[in-house]
Amino acid sequence: METLIFDKSISGRRGVTLPAAGVPERPIESLVPAALVRKEPPGLPEQSELEVVRHYTRLSQLNHSIDTGFYPLGSCTMKYNPKVNEQAARLDGFANLHPYQSPDQSQGALQLMYELQQWLAAITGMERVSLQPAAGAHGELTGILMIKAYHESRGQNRRKVLVPDSAHGTNPATAALAGFDVVTVKSDERGLVSVENLREHLDDQVAALMLTNPNTLGLFEEEILSIQQLVHDCGGLLYYDGANLNAILGTVRPGDMGFDVVHINLHKTFSTPHGGGGPGAGPVAVGPALVPFLPVPAIEVDEQGRYFLDADRPRSIGRVKAFFGNFGMFVRAYAFILAHGAEGLVQVSRDAVLGANYLKARLQDAFDVPYGQPCMHEFVLSGSRQKARGVSTLAMAKRLIDFGIHPPTMYFPLVVPEAMMIEPTETEGKETLDRFVAAMRQIASEVESDPDLVNGAPHSAPIGRVDEVTAARRPILRWQPPR
Amino acid sequence: MPFNYLPLTDPQRREMLGAIGAGSMEDLLITIPRELRAGKLDVPSGRSEWEVQQHLAGLAARNRPLSQQRSFLGAGVSLRYRPAAVDHVASRSEFFTAYTPYQPEISQGTLQAIFEFQTLVCELTGMDVSNASMYDGSTATGEAALMCVRATRRRKVLVSGTLHPEYAQVVRTYAWGPGIEIVTVPQRDGGIDLAALDALLTGDVAGLIVQVPSAFGGLEPVDEVATRVKAAGALLAVVADPISLGLLEAPGRYGADICVGDGQALGNAMSFGGPHVGFMACKEPLLRQLPGRICGQTADSRGNTCYTLTLQTREQHIRREKAASNICTNQALNALFATLYLGLVGKEGLREVANVSLQRAHFLAERISQVPGFAPAFGIAFFNEFVVKTERPAEEIVRALEARGIVAGFPLSRWFPDLAHHLLVSVTEANSPDDLDAYVEALRSNHLAKVAV
Repeated sequence: METLIFDKSISGRRGVTLPAAGVPERPIESLVPAALVRKEPPGLPEQSELEVVRHYTRLSQLNHSIDTGFYPLGSCTMKYNPKVNEQAARLDGFANLHPYQSPDQSQGALQLMYELQQWLAAITGMERVSLQPAAGAHGELTGILMIKAYHESRGQNRRKVLVPDSAHGTNPATAALAGFDVVTVKSDERGLVSVENLREHLDDQVAALMLTNPNTLGLFEEEILSIQQLVHDCGGLLYYDGANLNAILGTVRPGDMGFDVVHINLHKTFSTPHGGGGPGAGPVAVGPALVPFLPVPAIEVDEQGRYFLDADRPRSIGRVKAFFGNFGMFVRAYAFILAHGAEGLVQVSRDAVLGANYLKARLQDAFDVPYGQPCMHEFVLSGSRQKARGVSTLAMAKRLIDFGIHPPTMYFPLVVPEAMMIEPTETEGKETLDRFVAAMRQIASEVESDPDLVNGAPHSAPIGRVDEVTAARRPILRWQPPR
Repeated sequence: MPFNYLPLTDPQRREMLGAIGAGSMEDLLITIPRELRAGKLDVPSGRSEWEVQQHLAGLAARNRPLSQQRSFLGAGVSLRYRPAAVDHVASRSEFFTAYTPYQPEISQGTLQAIFEFQTLVCELTGMDVSNASMYDGSTATGEAALMCVRATRRRKVLVSGTLHPEYAQVVRTYAWGPGIEIVTVPQRDGGIDLAALDALLTGDVAGLIVQVPSAFGGLEPVDEVATRVKAAGALLAVVADPISLGLLEAPGRYGADICVGDGQALGNAMSFGGPHVGFMACKEPLLRQLPGRICGQTADSRGNTCYTLTLQTREQHIRREKAASNICTNQALNALFATLYLGLVGKEGLREVANVSLQRAHFLAERISQVPGFAPAFGIAFFNEFVVKTERPAEEIVRALEARGIVAGFPLSRWFPDLAHHLLVSVTEANSPDDLDAYVEALRSNHLAKVAV
């Protein structure tokens, strides 16, 4: 383990030299009102450049990452992050561009954003795109607020947002954040939205149904056309959670399924790095009904091919973020789409679906498979059989760490007991998939032969099993200077 | 055409289909209704890595970044020196190709870095607890408004008229959904109007959001503001510039209950407005209302000190519609940039960055005020940004100086149409004394040239 940087601090050291003012200096007290003159400097660490570099390099080595190993974390689409994209985002012309520079000085950036919007619209089958939201959940908020504005523009104050029980937690949290009442729709025995249960909730108070398709079980909602018809018939709109868009590129488009608004996770489907928990980017794409309500500013192009920003949109929901969104992520996503092209994007999804079905086929005798139909880009196993032998999904997940593999998403979706949600992505070779199969099968047999070995895992991680209960009961949320 | 990120070969694909018992890829797509199948996507054809690189370099070359000009443009984003080690270390794959540290046993690097980030934010702001990051300063401000409402159960939030207008717009968007009332406290002479604040601070006010230094660069009368807000039983949320906190009092010391801000200046590239990082911290009694990820210290089964995400019962993946916010992915990597930056500049370095900015800004402000046609717009004290009253419309001056390779600042008319003769000028350690001279000289000659015409 690594000592905290604060405990390594040696008074008087520094990690970078800075320029002197170079102008006549005046006492701070003569420039800053007394109440705002700092009495005690912030307790920042004091270290040489080498010690700072060494500290964080050593910390980095305690992480599992895509570049060091397989990361089949369901619903997170942990695909490879191409290095040329990193290079592009760091180009001087992008990295050192200020959002308030005149359009004359930022035509390249505006063009990139405009074209990315067009491509995302084409990929999702929607009319217009705003790149502004900073992440998936932020895109959800943007989309749901647009739906609210739509209903209000028609003189309606609809209260309910319907969310399937298998939905990501962000869906109900978003609807509540936007001021709606959340109503849960049940899944049926096939893992799909129960159309029967949906019907029971449909009335003139329904503002929207939020749906992920394929859903979080990795299953395509086969009755999507009747679902969209039912919701639209009662005056509601359809929200598409794009977390699982990687499954369907060039195969089927949310717009063609009848969705009115889609958010797209550039950090999933379009390969921008996850960064240890962000930044993401969550552009929203909308159908004709919602175009007037998109956030401002919009990026437009005039007849001379000159790109410009348009903030004059009276029916817009306003701004969801300062400036234009996580531009650095747009550069990477743009490069990803350009590298693959139309044909490549189709292959991306086909290989993602093939990999998931392959893993499922090779594991279905060792674990319970709750749903039999072909899956899309991910699938869910249940560890119920192993749980009955005294080994939980949590323990098996931790045991996977000993094989150099990141555990799948666990205990989600909630509709499957002891769930393990596995998403290999298209960037993993068959050898990696086979290694994963071998590891999972070995763990399944260890549950029979040596359950303690599994229950005591991980054995080879930098640290042992972490006590998360104490962390929550007695929160220590920052370093404190020694007294 | 082969795709370099797709490792499966056709024979492998066939072998895998065989293992599945599928005749073709189509057999795996049977659950998608035929009539829904998409045609060819209207996006360009795939390109080689070299072509991608060339194409993007071409687009980048159509921009004129601030690094190639003398820039006095700030207004929420600033060109500051980014120590070389920041990007170098944060670019390690182990950091940037990992995700949210759900598995603490193999994520201690990210977790400890977050714990250090939280500590740094607390040290800067004088707050008790910090979260792991927010999207940016504007959305952190939006969340602060909602937090005031949750904590007080009152439904109205006051926003200073000197708050960055884009932040204020985001606050309004966030408040609109749940029907929270947002009222602007007018500005007076570049600062918050205290008399107006008195009148607006009624018993139904959940909190006040004030920015220090403000969007005009002004150093608000924080003592007077805090006393009034406390007396009304409301919460004080301060939007702070983290660099300024090297010299300016910690908001927690003058009565702020919540402190938010943007950490772009801490080692993050401007990147045309994002990704940057929002920080959000509060006093201990408000902890359960704090949105977003929080990292805590604990121990592993062998008794080692280690770190883990904690207090997750506030969050969407546990609480669903009852969560404090819907935020999931945040800006962890940008928070790491900030952590590295603060680690490198250290205690003395941050003070120096703040001081160089402060001194050069005041030097420049005085020099500009000696140029005919330019005068200080407001009497309020400022930090490293100030507003200049211009005889000609500020937008014209910006355009004229652009031709000389100088980005003169931000014309406030873009935010406030009635402030057409107001130019917001920003100075950092990345503006050399030579830049300051060139700027003043350009203003002077530009003014004279116009007068001569």
